Amino acid sequence: MKLYYITNNTASAVKIADIPVVDYTELYNDLAERMTNSRYHVAHYFATEHEMGLKFYLIILDDECGEVLISSFIPDYYTRGLASLTALHAQFHPFEREMYELYGIPFNNHPWLKPLRFSHDRRNRESTMDSYPFYQMEGDELHEVNVGPIHAGIIEPGAFRFICSGEQVLHLEIALGYQHRGVEGEIIRDDNKLRQTLIAESIAGDTAVGHATAYAELVEKLGEERIDEELKLERMIALELERIAMHIADTGALATDIGFQLYQVACEALRTVTINTTQAWCGNRFGKSMIRPFGTNHPLTQAKVDTIIKNITDVRRRYNELREDILQDNTLLARFEQCGLVPTEEMQRIGGVGMAARSSNLKRDIRATHPSGYYATELKHEPVLKSHCDVMSRLATRLDEVLQSADYVLNTLKGYKPTEKLRAPQYDAKLQADALSFSLIEGWRGEICHVALTDNEGRITKYKVKDPSVHNWLGLAIAVRSEGISDFPINNKSFNLSYCGHDL
Amino acid sequence: MIFGKAKILRSHGWQYIPDLYSVTLTEEFRGFPLLTETDDKQDLERAAKICPTKAITTEPLTLDMGRCLFCGECQKCAPRNIKFTNEHRLAATRREDLIVEAGQTAPKFDTSVVRPEIAKYFGKALQLREVSAGGDASIEMELGATGNVNFDFGRYGVGFTASPRHADGLVLTGPISANMAEALDICYNSIAEPKILVVCGSEAVSGGLYADSPAVDRKFLDKYHVDLWLPGAPTHPLCFIEGITKLRAKKK
Repeated sequence: MKLYYITNNTASAVKIADIPVVDYTELYNDLAERMTNSRYHVAHYFATEHEMGLKFYLIILDDECGEVLISSFIPDYYTRGLASLTALHAQFHPFEREMYELYGIPFNNHPWLKPLRFSHDRRNRESTMDSYPFYQMEGDELHEVNVGPIHAGIIEPGAFRFICSGEQVLHLEIALGYQHRGVEGEIIRDDNKLRQTLIAESIAGDTAVGHATAYAELVEKLGEERIDEELKLERMIALELERIAMHIADTGALATDIGFQLYQVACEALRTVTINTTQAWCGNRFGKSMIRPFGTNHPLTQAKVDTIIKNITDVRRRYNELREDILQDNTLLARFEQCGLVPTEEMQRIGGVGMAARSSNLKRDIRATHPSGYYATELKHEPVLKSHCDVMSRLATRLDEVLQSADYVLNTLKGYKPTEKLRAPQYDAKLQADALSFSLIEGWRGEICHVALTDNEGRITKYKVKDPSVHNWLGLAIAVRSEGISDFPINNKSFNLSYCGHDL
Repeated sequence: MIFGKAKILRSHGWQYIPDLYSVTLTEEFRGFPLLTETDDKQDLERAAKICPTKAITTEPLTLDMGRCLFCGECQKCAPRNIKFTNEHRLAATRREDLIVEAGQTAPKFDTSVVRPEIAKYFGKALQLREVSAGGDASIEMELGATGNVNFDFGRYGVGFTASPRHADGLVLTGPISANMAEALDICYNSIAEPKILVVCGSEAVSGGLYADSPAVDRKFLDKYHVDLWLPGAPTHPLCFIEGITKLRAKKK
């Protein structure tokens, strides 16, 4: 029996009727074997209300041949729980926890079905932020350190609890949910696609372009119109500008945390140039309003192209000076090297994605494995990989990716003559009915996956969002194990994960 | 190695903006909207209909900057009625002053409702505690940027502090997620009097896209007096700087 519908990231949306509805035991047995191979990882796994109770959808990515495997199942009404996939493959943990939290589905043998984000529509309202079941260890010489939910800096809230022996961290537990705004419910509150786009932009404000592109591509796959090559090019430029800006910000943040003011201020200045370039393009420093479904309100003009080339050339040159100095600075290397290790096998086990995974020598990059838009047609992306798996690797990935992204921007725009005639966005396009549409975008943190289901009139009735942080928060918890607690800040900055993207 | 650092310094040059109050942002920036009434209302009705946060009323024509996310779509629908200027100085001392009327040429900043003790106690130094309650990280980064090498608001004695016990006021960002509501309240009450409350970003001012979300709990704002309202998605650092500066200025 066929277990999966096989598609890819450039095909149009899938008819729900084409997705096989399989027997869970068969799917479970297949995944038990399949997921041991690092070419596969889970992109999304969720349940939705159905006349028979609940229907589950699972999306698996095959990184080697760019295939996307989609399966679904409807458990029998009398089924008492499902065998947990997390028990075999840890990468399923956030998805099973979410389904348990929302619908109370027991996943048998799941190591720990603790709450994921305390969403407002959770099944058990007795379970609250204050009753989070932190892991505990007994011992006369152990102590706990609680940080948050409000942090010392100007950042989003989340609670960290460390169990330490002296200065050494034995265990870190990250309790999230404080940022929960009800994104997935609000996005389908009405059919106003401008509103839906703006909600996508607000999923994680530092990845506004990434999430908005994910929304736009998802909707475009449900539509019938072809997307201009020029629009794809301009979206690529926007995504890479966002990556450059955020990687520079994180380079500066890492420098701040070791008291290295020179790099910090240099990065602050360089990031300002980059985001002001985005602002000169679309009017917003974070690229909000840049990405719209089927078209754009901000087509590039020749003057804007010239501004981008001028500014990014300057940013690239200055950042490279910084990069060369960072790679030789003994005091910096002494703090960052061999700190916060997440070995490749561990990263694969937890399903790590994006820049953090690449820093652990795990080739997870949607631009290369499941390209869409301009990446699929014109740009042959080769991911930056680092093999030391430490804080320095995560910095070194950024150092190289900024240059790589700057080169993509500069090489593409060199000789580019914008027609300035890109279509305006469309908010009332007719969408395919009874379909499942997904989008995969490599945001600056990593793999963004949005999935939507439409009803028989083409209205979106279910919208699921996955920010790369959902996978990677566990990576941070693992990185700090056995490190000194004073190294937590540099580890945290080296991942720089999203709270609101996780909490939705 | 030392040469590498000298090189970085040379390329870095001088970055700070000498006069924070005379900056003009790029033409593309969408700030204060100019509104014009027209006899026919079709365009405007389309704009009001598509507005994701219901910031526009047509009869009479108003635009609530506290709800507006400055996406600019209404200007595309109704170019004769709505035109966003690049004026970034949008701060208001009263919530209702953020509602722009047709014919209004500049934002309203009513100094008459500013408490006199603000200038007295915080005129020379002001340390703030920022609390994000559902903020989407862009606004938090913009607040962080106010102290960076470009804006350097610290030169006027304004900064952000880690502990509410060390703070003179609270800056709220985000629509106030229900899961964060209690922590926000505790934080605010941990700040000693006299103190100020600044609400930063359209999401915080009105709830923005999440105004009707069941996951949001905005009772905090009913309980406490707000001294400064700052719209924007996110609020531009210069908007924050200008608002705080006016708030703590000595009355003439």
